[in-house]
Amino acid sequence: MARKNKKEAEEKQKKPLPLWIIYLLPSMLIFTLFVIYPFVKTIVTSFFATSNTGALTQMVGLSNYISLFTSETYLHSLGTTFLYTILTVPLTVVISLLLAVLSSSNLPGMGVFRTIFSSTMGISVAAGSVFWNLLFHPTAGLLNRVVQWFGGEPIGWLTDTNFAVYSIAAVSIWMNIGFSYLVLMGGLKNIDDSHYESVEIVGGGFFYRLRKVTIPLISPSLFFVVTISLINAFQSFGLIDMLTGGGPNNSTNLMVYKLYNDAFVNFRFGSASAQGIVLFILIFLISRLQTKLTERLVTYQ
Amino acid sequence: MSKIELRDLTKSYDGKVNILEKINLEVEEGEFYVLVGPSGCGKSTLLRVIAGLEKITDGTLKIDGKTANHMLPKDRSLSMVFQNYALYPHMTVKDNILFGLDVKKVPKEEQKRRLAEAAEMLGLTPYLKRKPRELSGGQRQRVALARSVCSQAPLCLMDEPLSNLDAKLRGQMRTEIRRLQKKLGLTVIYVTHDQVEAMTMGDRIMVLQGGKIQQTGTPLELYNEPANTFVAGFIGSPQMNLARARMTDMGLILNDSLLMPVSEEERGRLPQGGRWQIGVRAEQIELAAAGDPLAIPVRVVNTEMMGNETQVLFEVGKELFTARWTGQYLIEAGQDLAIRLSADSFHFFDEASGMLTRAALQIKGHAALTA
Repeated sequence: MARKNKKEAEEKQKKPLPLWIIYLLPSMLIFTLFVIYPFVKTIVTSFFATSNTGALTQMVGLSNYISLFTSETYLHSLGTTFLYTILTVPLTVVISLLLAVLSSSNLPGMGVFRTIFSSTMGISVAAGSVFWNLLFHPTAGLLNRVVQWFGGEPIGWLTDTNFAVYSIAAVSIWMNIGFSYLVLMGGLKNIDDSHYESVEIVGGGFFYRLRKVTIPLISPSLFFVVTISLINAFQSFGLIDMLTGGGPNNSTNLMVYKLYNDAFVNFRFGSASAQGIVLFILIFLISRLQTKLTERLVTYQ
Repeated sequence: MSKIELRDLTKSYDGKVNILEKINLEVEEGEFYVLVGPSGCGKSTLLRVIAGLEKITDGTLKIDGKTANHMLPKDRSLSMVFQNYALYPHMTVKDNILFGLDVKKVPKEEQKRRLAEAAEMLGLTPYLKRKPRELSGGQRQRVALARSVCSQAPLCLMDEPLSNLDAKLRGQMRTEIRRLQKKLGLTVIYVTHDQVEAMTMGDRIMVLQGGKIQQTGTPLELYNEPANTFVAGFIGSPQMNLARARMTDMGLILNDSLLMPVSEEERGRLPQGGRWQIGVRAEQIELAAAGDPLAIPVRVVNTEMMGNETQVLFEVGKELFTARWTGQYLIEAGQDLAIRLSADSFHFFDEASGMLTRAALQIKGHAALTA
């Protein structure tokens, strides 16, 4: 036995390069190049003033961060982002949960509804924006026609500062339902029928079943959907770029859109990097907080 | 308190194929009634129809004399134990046991009392604060039973409740469920595919196959007088030996290959006709004494030594027959052996339909109790 171990140890020593390095190399390379390097570079840049080509000109310490938190535009953008998140995340999750519960029964024709409800997953942001742009159109748009038909004044869905952020939030909810719905549907399908039948035998109603059985049993999927939706809300960009361009009067200027503007329109790479770092810390903290708060409520089977 | 009556009950999902066909059944109060059959025979569907989880296509279901075809499950005052126990992973054992009592508006004090009683009865008191995943299979099974006990419903439906347990535990739980049922005076309808469970637990048994009733009766009725070849082969372990038989001048010929001499008296007791299917229980095949004129030579294919008994397998035509003898017989495969068969211990079935024409006249051990 001892001799055998010794022999094995010798063989190990003889091997020149462990094979696993070769297998890991491609992903390590890509990861370093596209994740670690940009991340480090962003941190470094956030402490510098830059030329408009992005070259670091002068170390400025924390002044990029300080000017961010004293800038009214930035604080406004931060506030709008929070509002937008609070608008979109709960509504997306609640609506997709209800749709999933309603369409999870095995009635004939449910397949049609399931396809419809999950279809926005297959729609690109660009296509969705074009479509909603038509609906939002001040004079020819369907929404305003409906409003006028009821005798209301036409609304500047995307041009009124009081409405724009809500309009964008609505489109975003519509776009995100597809994904959330699909994930929650998957969770629902994993619940054994006997769990529902037990409720049927004791005579619990729809809400009893939802509260006591469905929600607790799909809590892992719910948790996943909430986390992803939160992160997505903080990183919203496409819809804003397509529909409002941050306007009117900065009312839809969310953090990522502002970051993009500062970096690639105004060429202030130092400030943009600082915004990137702030956003990173924010998302990190919020996901952490959310995990801590909801961990207790999630039951894995 | 709970008497179940089914009249010509039929169930079909698509209107073409009947999953259950004209089922007639009466379960008395306090009876332990077992539905048994191979998988896909409709026994679970029948149970779910009684529970109200499936709609009735045709026929009537009566509970306590009232027609219950369209009654909601909750109004049928029954409880159900599922194959996978239907425990909720996010609830403690206590909440799982009490599940549903809040819907029925049972007062908190009463719930507490019932919980204590049920937990005590099933030995779950130390585990009330645990989650189901922290319990063993047997304990989970007990939680499911405790839920049923707590509901105090007079009728309990059980759908293969023991099939997820290992053999030893299954034996234990069989006794435990039976004891619980007697103690509480429950009416139980119990679904299983295991004929051992059916035989050991049931007051009465219904054998189902292809959605049709094959036979109903007490365990011994089914064992001693199987209505057809299906029941004969299904009830009893090892399986009853079945063969085609025809009468000739020399005796009975089984499966066209084994000649079995028949004495004059036995010949007089044979049923009408000259061709049948016959069935003979393993314990009715005897080892022939030396010089027995009715001995039949066979060649042993295999033996299974159980310790207290020995099962010997030999070929009859293309079928394997099993003989079971109490005691330890050291017999090698390939050895030649002389056995003795008596036509009086044969069940005779109609050759075409497989229906019983004459049950065995003598059954080994039948007089044991009265003697």
